[in-house]
Amino acid sequence: MRVRGGGSKPALSLRSCQDNAETLDLSGLKGVIDYQPDEYTFTARAGTRVADMAALLAEEGQYLPFDPPLAERGATLGGTVAAGLSGAGRYRYGGIRDFLIGIRFVDGRGQEIRGGGTVVKNAAGFDFPKLFVGSLGRLGILTELTFKVFPQPAAFATVAAEFDGLSDLLGALNAVTRSAIDLHAVDFAPAKEGWTLWVRIGGLPTVLQERAQALQSVVSTGVGRTSRLSLYREQEEGNLWKTARSMRWLTEGAGLVRIPLTPQRIPAVEEALSGANATTRRYSVGGNLLWLGWPDVSAPEEGEREAPQDLHCLLLDLDLQGIQLIGRARRGIAQGKGDYGEGEESPLLGRQLQNAFLRRIAAALDPEGRFEPW
Amino acid sequence: MNVHPLIEALSRIYETDRLLTRPAQLMAYESDALTAFQQRPAAVVIPQDRAEVIETVRLCHEHNVPFVARGSGTSLSGGSLPIAEGIVIALNRLDRILRLDAEERIAVVEPGVINLKVSEAAKPYGLYYAPDPSSQSICTIGGNVAFNSGGAHCLKYGMTSNHVLGMTVALPDGEVVELGGESLEGVGPDLPGFFVGSEGLFGVALEITLRLLPIPQTYRTVLAAYDTLHAAGDAVTAVVASGLLPGAIEIMDALAIKAAEVGAKAGYPTAPALLIVELEGEESAVEAEFAQLMQLIEETAPVEVRMAQTADERARIWKGRKAAFSAVGRLAPDYIVQDGVVPRSRLGDALAEIDRLSAGYGIEVANVFHAGDGNLHPLILFDGREEGALERAEELAGEILELCVELGGSITGEHGVGMEKRAFLPKMYGPLEMQAMEDVRRSVDSRSLSNRGKMLPVGEAESLTHAGPHPLEKAGVIFRE
Repeated sequence: MRVRGGGSKPALSLRSCQDNAETLDLSGLKGVIDYQPDEYTFTARAGTRVADMAALLAEEGQYLPFDPPLAERGATLGGTVAAGLSGAGRYRYGGIRDFLIGIRFVDGRGQEIRGGGTVVKNAAGFDFPKLFVGSLGRLGILTELTFKVFPQPAAFATVAAEFDGLSDLLGALNAVTRSAIDLHAVDFAPAKEGWTLWVRIGGLPTVLQERAQALQSVVSTGVGRTSRLSLYREQEEGNLWKTARSMRWLTEGAGLVRIPLTPQRIPAVEEALSGANATTRRYSVGGNLLWLGWPDVSAPEEGEREAPQDLHCLLLDLDLQGIQLIGRARRGIAQGKGDYGEGEESPLLGRQLQNAFLRRIAAALDPEGRFEPW
Repeated sequence: MNVHPLIEALSRIYETDRLLTRPAQLMAYESDALTAFQQRPAAVVIPQDRAEVIETVRLCHEHNVPFVARGSGTSLSGGSLPIAEGIVIALNRLDRILRLDAEERIAVVEPGVINLKVSEAAKPYGLYYAPDPSSQSICTIGGNVAFNSGGAHCLKYGMTSNHVLGMTVALPDGEVVELGGESLEGVGPDLPGFFVGSEGLFGVALEITLRLLPIPQTYRTVLAAYDTLHAAGDAVTAVVASGLLPGAIEIMDALAIKAAEVGAKAGYPTAPALLIVELEGEESAVEAEFAQLMQLIEETAPVEVRMAQTADERARIWKGRKAAFSAVGRLAPDYIVQDGVVPRSRLGDALAEIDRLSAGYGIEVANVFHAGDGNLHPLILFDGREEGALERAEELAGEILELCVELGGSITGEHGVGMEKRAFLPKMYGPLEMQAMEDVRRSVDSRSLSNRGKMLPVGEAESLTHAGPHPLEKAGVIFRE
């Protein structure tokens, strides 16, 4: 079986793997079961759209601080968990793994099992909610999710800075992320010329201007020369991050690949990409995540390799892992014995995911292999 | 179970001063911070590096002998209680901070590193390790990982699992795997997240990559005294509803205040309830938020309010709170530290019910709790020399846990299930959930060797073949199903 939610990540939900696999569409399994603003928690069915939930939370001045991506494209809560996706706001209080506190899932024997709980603090039993973050439908079918939420800051401000080159930017990044300023999001991307860094702060509006000025001075002292700074507030500021969340920066028709990394790896990644046919990209979470736009060669000419295959090799060389969310998935190369085999499509790129711990867990939850392999 | 061939094999790795087998040597390892339970292991080994740990685990698997990895033995749920005829792997000498990378804001540590040492090492770089269990000056990161330790500051920044990025682990048969990495993000299931809090059942963490945070620029701490616990609880509700996100919100009741006074001379006001709220962050932001907080607190009609103006004053407020558990020891010969969670809005109901239970049993209960996340720590006072006193205290503790489950909470917020609460996990989860946990455990550890007897019931008769029941087992206090 494979599971489909809102269809916002077609490389995961539409891939063709085993011919006899059934698709289970969970987009109708939606609705909020319980929302307790005083408890900072809600429980909703897996097919509930992220955008609908966010609107409900906003009425109470609350939010999911990890900025779930692709909400505008119809992403569901269950799909976001299964794909393990967090957005730029992950920088401040943690990712989806830190906010998912309870789940119900159907295991490979068709049994509905509860994991975690509905209270914000709980250390009883194995932490199934964390295990299911990024599980890609391999371990079970999520049916119900309980999240912790936080009060949304009353206002946000963003400092944008332009740099001539990557090394200047990385210097500023280091200065700003090690400062005592509470940062909500730190993203950067190549611009037409040079690089742009966006740093977001939030809190009480009365002191936001003062804090933004302090932030500007940290950003500009991080580099040897004066960088070009601008300050965004209110709607214009909100739009900057809406673009990030919805991946509106992605070129039409391009594939989208998500690559976790660390800031120190970025120069090597950039060097590798300079020789490749990459289009657009955006680094997020303070340089811990790369969203990479990749030309989607749906029907390669004879002799021409599919684009994800090139990226797979590039990531292997860099000892990184990636996962394709949008675009035609890679075929071929088995990920490990008993998994995805020759000729089948996989969204996984780069270093192999499998290890003994994961294999043993999967054998317990899906002993007969009902769910699609990685 | 014949453990001698294993000990023979271990003696080829360990010199005699690192392979303890004499009763006098083993006595120090018979118990952890849950002193009501004691068990003598067959042997204790003291490895010095990861290769020795891996080889020990591998040999235990080969000889089918259960083992317990142990740090400083501060578990309050009996998590590091030895197994009769089993091996204790004492990890205290694996205490190196292998790497501290200020630029990446990570620390790679061995499991025997003391929690507070990480923050001390990170301090020169303006960084710290956020989880702060009350025992942080002695407890180890390995133990924190096994039991997903919390602390007073979990509301904002979460527990241990929220700060572990990756680890190298020896699975229960000695196979070594890498989980997670150095990035805040990952691909595939969150395996470090699943390993943290598994109470030693999935093996031994050999290296742990921790996330460090910049030290907050400033803290503002306020202590408010109230006429009733209920009033203090209402103040928590007001703070939470305001949209402020304090780093910590703590409540202590009269008996806990008395204990903190006797034990740490904290200088607390004498009152039925104390509320501690702490804000942290940038100077200007905290200043503005603190003004809002003080206004809120004034509206809740406290009988006394004290603001910590200096780092010293802040430290004194926290010293009383963090010393409360051990200070209770001055009020009674013995006590049980309980750990349960209720939905925040049910705190008042829970406390009233605990009061009623306490009166009914004629047993004093001191209450200290992380009010911001509904995490209760009732301290149940008794005198173990009195016939049947421990059993009655345990019974009261059990009723409190059932109360937490009834109110929609959890039987543990941060101490773990361990030995102590095994009987209660099936009250929180149904048979399918218990079976799923057992299935996963069996799949990871086919022989159920790694910390056998903790968290999950032991389903096989093998462990019953030891020299005779423990006195507490005879008394019905500990069980080995």
